[in-house]
Amino acid sequence: MPSDNAAPPLDVDRILADPGVRIVVCCGAGGVGKTTTAAALALRAAEQHGRRTVVLTIDPARRLAQSLGLTELDNTPRQVKGIDVEGSGGELHAMMLDMKRTFDDVVLTHTDPAKAAEIFANPFYQAMSSTFAGTQEYMAMEKLGQLHARGEWDLIVVDTPPSRSALDFLDAPARLSRFLDGRMLRLLLAPARTGGRSMFSLVTASFGMFSRVVQKVIGTQLLTDLSGFVAALDSMFGGFRQRAEQTYRILQARETAFLLVAAPEPDAVREAAYFAGRLRAEKMPLAGLVLNRVHQPTVVGLGAPESRAAADRLAAAGGHEGTVEVLRAHAALAEQAVREQRVAARFVEAFPQVPSVSVTAQPADVHDVDGLRTIAAAVSRR
Amino acid sequence: MGAAQRPTDRTGIDWSARLHVVTGKGGTGKTSVAAALALGLAGGGRRTLLVEVEGRQGISQLFGTDPLPYAERPLADAPGGGRVSALAVDAEEALLEYLDMFYKLGAAGRALRKFGAIDFATTIAPGLRDVLLTGKVKEATTRTVDKRRVYDAVVLDAPPTGRIGRFLNVTAETARLAKIGPIKTQSEGVSALLRSPMTAVHVVTLLEEMPVQETVDAIAELTSLGFGVGRVIVNGTRAPLPAGGLVTEAALARGLRAAGLPAGEEVVTGLRDEARDLIIRRDLEDSLRTDLAELGVPLVELPLLPDGVDRAGLETLSAALVHGA
Repeated sequence: MPSDNAAPPLDVDRILADPGVRIVVCCGAGGVGKTTTAAALALRAAEQHGRRTVVLTIDPARRLAQSLGLTELDNTPRQVKGIDVEGSGGELHAMMLDMKRTFDDVVLTHTDPAKAAEIFANPFYQAMSSTFAGTQEYMAMEKLGQLHARGEWDLIVVDTPPSRSALDFLDAPARLSRFLDGRMLRLLLAPARTGGRSMFSLVTASFGMFSRVVQKVIGTQLLTDLSGFVAALDSMFGGFRQRAEQTYRILQARETAFLLVAAPEPDAVREAAYFAGRLRAEKMPLAGLVLNRVHQPTVVGLGAPESRAAADRLAAAGGHEGTVEVLRAHAALAEQAVREQRVAARFVEAFPQVPSVSVTAQPADVHDVDGLRTIAAAVSRR
Repeated sequence: MGAAQRPTDRTGIDWSARLHVVTGKGGTGKTSVAAALALGLAGGGRRTLLVEVEGRQGISQLFGTDPLPYAERPLADAPGGGRVSALAVDAEEALLEYLDMFYKLGAAGRALRKFGAIDFATTIAPGLRDVLLTGKVKEATTRTVDKRRVYDAVVLDAPPTGRIGRFLNVTAETARLAKIGPIKTQSEGVSALLRSPMTAVHVVTLLEEMPVQETVDAIAELTSLGFGVGRVIVNGTRAPLPAGGLVTEAALARGLRAAGLPAGEEVVTGLRDEARDLIIRRDLEDSLRTDLAELGVPLVELPLLPDGVDRAGLETLSAALVHGA
């Protein structure tokens, strides 16, 4: 970023090469190139640092997915062919998260096939596994936990879901486990567990009024389905909570490095700053900020006002139309660079200790391995 | 009636729908566009309501006000005595209000909250959350006082393209869970309004690959679900480059010398590279613009505001939206 700030430059290669780093989490607001950055870093880890790498993407652009050989969403890592790992001996595997399938797998691991079939058939499970607010975030973390537990990879690079807030994936596991383990569910579950006839037979009188309201509002059928769902999932509660806690601990560990990804736009920078504060509060290791889509003129000696004035002079004199356009384009670019530096400076002021690196905006979108390699080299300042 | 679905020419942009749902990929500026639309539609002494539903407080950040409560508050005055009010709908508050309307809960409502019942109810059934949010929007859209509509138009800063179909398709989501009862009745009423010509869904995009792809996908989804797509609003556009292509290095060197600027090889190739990148970018934008035009949905282009969206910027966007300028 701006050379006049105190933040040390981010050395991505040091992170990617460090055998002690096993997980890199890329997070930030939507639309800042998070998925592309994750894929580019994973490629670099495999090609340059010889690491057996897997990249977990959430919702990649179609052409980017195709370039990684991700033509189908099958929820298991596939090796990416056609990359240059002969010298390094690394490998790159890639996968796209299938939220529902991951949830199904969690159920299958924790219960017998008959019970699993019962759960799969429940309308609540169907709703929850496909639309539950936070399921995608939770399943991304679940998948990360699974990949980590398999121990097959030197490095796991994770893209995070394009959430309403970039923090959702941190909160989702706790929220889901709190929900599945919560007081409300226990209350609803009490009769189902004891085989009582009424949903609320064991609940105190003060709860009676409440239960009537709940029944009125959500309907008895709904409660019956819910009760069935909860009873079926009961055996898995411990498992859910344990896994959520495990994942949380992994994210706090030294083997993890968080990379914030942002663009020099007010919203994205605000989100990044918010996230940085949150990571600090959660004692999660923030390695640095990758500032994507930064505009920087190639010719630095010619300022915007000077360039614009020269363009106006030439235009007034006539002729040299091509040069006029070039000078105006240069002025606009130089002005944009200044604006972006101002926006990015807000993050640096708030988090002067966080290393950062700027990546120049590409004229066209990246959707092949060569493009990823270029991005990775830029992130690594090589 | 039904005007929102008909292509209109640039000179007479028709915003006759009463409920405008504004969606778009994250980062495309849909909150700014929704605010500009609410402002534009309030021109000429009209009353509009700008609603947000995701708890992001995007409206208050944009207007530099305190966080919005769950109550309709005047937000901004529009030319000609018009006024924009704002509302941040919160699912919990909406549920309590709704329960109170039907069941006279009083203190019991507070008990529900204490128990975490509302968080529970809206968590276990995400469709329920959405039906509460859209239900409140419907109520505001159709509210009358003395047989006059309180708002001439309501503009909803809706969830992003990835979730818009599910968000609006409330009946399908709740039908899976609630077979009978007030929730079902409520969702049917909301669905009828959302699928009527009174509602138009507008998709905000940038001339970038992912937002355009999501726009194409969202329009296909919305259409298949029976929602009327109003417009594609292309945000952050720039004036076209003059035709003529890239200047040669020799001509550029001559031009620079004529302007009294240094014209060394490094400067010439550097400046030419910058211009070349710009042309590549613009060509890509043009091809994306063509993709959008092929959707057959009227396009409205909004200019890029280099210094961000302040109040003056909102007026600019608002004028471009309503007058096509």
